[in-house]
Amino acid sequence: MSNLNHLETKDINVWFGERHVLRDVSLQFQNNHVTALIGPSGCGKSTFIRTLNRMHELIPTAGLSGQVLLNGEDIYAQAVDPVNVRINIGMVFQKPNPFPTMTIRENILSGLKLSGRKIEDGDGLVETSLQRASMWNEVKDRLSEPALSLSGGQQQRLCIARSLAMDPNVLLMDEPCSALDPGSTRRIEETILELKENMTIVIVTHNMQQAQRVSDSTAFFLSENGNPGEVVEFDTTENVFKRPKDDRTNEYVNGRFG
Amino acid sequence: MSNDVAPKRLKLRSKPSRTADKVFFAVAKAAGYSSFVLVAAILFFLMLRAWPAFESQGVVNFIFGAGWNSTTDPQIFHLGPMLYGSLLIAAIGVAFAVPMAISISYFISFLAPERVAKIATVIVDLLAAIPSIVIGLWGLGVFSPVAAEWGRMLSEALGFIPIFSNAVDIFLRSPFIASLVIAVMIVPIIASITREIFSQMDQEIIKGAMALGGTRESIFRKVILPTASGGIVGGVLLALGRAMGETVAIFFVLNLTFDDFNWFKILEPSGGAVASLVLARFNEALDTELSALLAAGVVLFVVTLIVNTIASYIVAKAQPWRKL
Ligand SMILES: Nc1ncnc2c1ncn2[C@@H]1O[C@H](COP(=O)(O)OP(=O)(O)OP(=O)(O)O)[C@@H](O)[C@H]1O
Ligand SMILES: [Mg+2]
Repeated sequence: MSNLNHLETKDINVWFGERHVLRDVSLQFQNNHVTALIGPSGCGKSTFIRTLNRMHELIPTAGLSGQVLLNGEDIYAQAVDPVNVRINIGMVFQKPNPFPTMTIRENILSGLKLSGRKIEDGDGLVETSLQRASMWNEVKDRLSEPALSLSGGQQQRLCIARSLAMDPNVLLMDEPCSALDPGSTRRIEETILELKENMTIVIVTHNMQQAQRVSDSTAFFLSENGNPGEVVEFDTTENVFKRPKDDRTNEYVNGRFG
Repeated sequence: MSNDVAPKRLKLRSKPSRTADKVFFAVAKAAGYSSFVLVAAILFFLMLRAWPAFESQGVVNFIFGAGWNSTTDPQIFHLGPMLYGSLLIAAIGVAFAVPMAISISYFISFLAPERVAKIATVIVDLLAAIPSIVIGLWGLGVFSPVAAEWGRMLSEALGFIPIFSNAVDIFLRSPFIASLVIAVMIVPIIASITREIFSQMDQEIIKGAMALGGTRESIFRKVILPTASGGIVGGVLLALGRAMGETVAIFFVLNLTFDDFNWFKILEPSGGAVASLVLARFNEALDTELSALLAAGVVLFVVTLIVNTIASYIVAKAQPWRKL
């Protein structure tokens, strides 16, 4: 399993209606790797990350070309069911979005129920998922309380735990900490570092320190003068921040624009 | 620790302090209370006129007994079959209407192309505003014969089940038809409210469900419906209130049987409805019967209140997160 979490995109182009917003994005996401996607607002990071689990196609005007390969297989192939793609490639959103009508426990098991899979050992799954999201000790005595009774940071970690319960190969995170306090942010970063032992993680972030703290590779996206967004530089995080090859990367990571 | 003195608690002020707030608060409060006063006053004056009937018949007999006759001596005014009929018709009507209304609003909110959705929304809202006399006349002139035919088919196919048996072989003016007419009347009301609730669903939550491998069907059942259920029940209650108090629409399509309860034979031409009773008897009623009709009104009012209270209680019970 552990070497089989390889995600790769080939020449991804995205349109909304007639508007071309991403051009020729080809990236590789390796197992046990955290890859950060950085870039100014509006350059297409969220759009790109949504193409990785087929959430993109839910937008009515969305257009797409290119390939997304999970372990060598194109997730956009005709025979592939998008539901299975989303089971294998989990996603955590910017704003915590636990299901308000469900308890903490029910939220953890919600993915299995929604995708119509059997729940073998519910209690065990709830415990391991919460443990992997490092919040088991905080909530183990209140599993049957409504999810909304948790703090914002806890809700976000619950959403992470909820994704983990599906045992995904890849976890996508779109600015998972932007609505959170520094303490919660730190804890989620620690969680990310633990999680990457078993999976591939892609994270969008506006926080340069965060990118350096958690990621192994970094892709810098840029959309200039209304042109479609492109990847300007993709390298190890160390190279991108310490020895950027492109001047624009240099300016961005040193906070001179964006 | 235990003998520590509890720290003195501050007096927290939840009341407004600024003048503008105070005025607003006072006006809102007055309006709020006046609605209570109004309801109480209506009930009081109704009771004043209704009391003689309760007194002469006995409250329990009046509500649960059977028979309505102003020509006998002593006169009999027992509401049982009418009251039961109202509840039965409303219940069947709601059972027909709710799935229909939810399907319509689901289609409008989540399936239909934008254009179609807009048009459908307007049509549903318009339908919700049709006066009940129009629906009653339509029920009488157009719908009854068709529905009677459905009733006959039902009875022929499933007559061995007691609910669908029909000993008299007449299918017009049955509780079945009355509840279908009620359903037609309340579907747009429930659909309109449900659609409004669906349109206010948090899209982030639906996206979260998609990202967890949810299908349209599973997301609807496990996420959308539970979140919307409180509001939907509210819409159903509103519709139920209309259904139970409805006079004209059912009056044309239901035979009133005063002496017997028609417990479940919904295809037979015999039933009851409090509001129809009032409409049927009001013109000829003399003093004592008038009092009995007003008493019927009081009972209907109270029953509606009880039904609503129970339903709100169920909603609150089923949705503990709403308290947060
Ligand atoms: N649903 C949509 N319909 C039309 N255009 C869209 C839609 N979503 C995004 N866009 C456009 O695509 C471009 C990329 O947007 P995207 O949200 O991916 O940027 P981003 O890099 O995530 O920005 P941010 O850092 O602010 O989140 C923007 O120009 C945006 O206006
Ligand atoms: Mg974004």
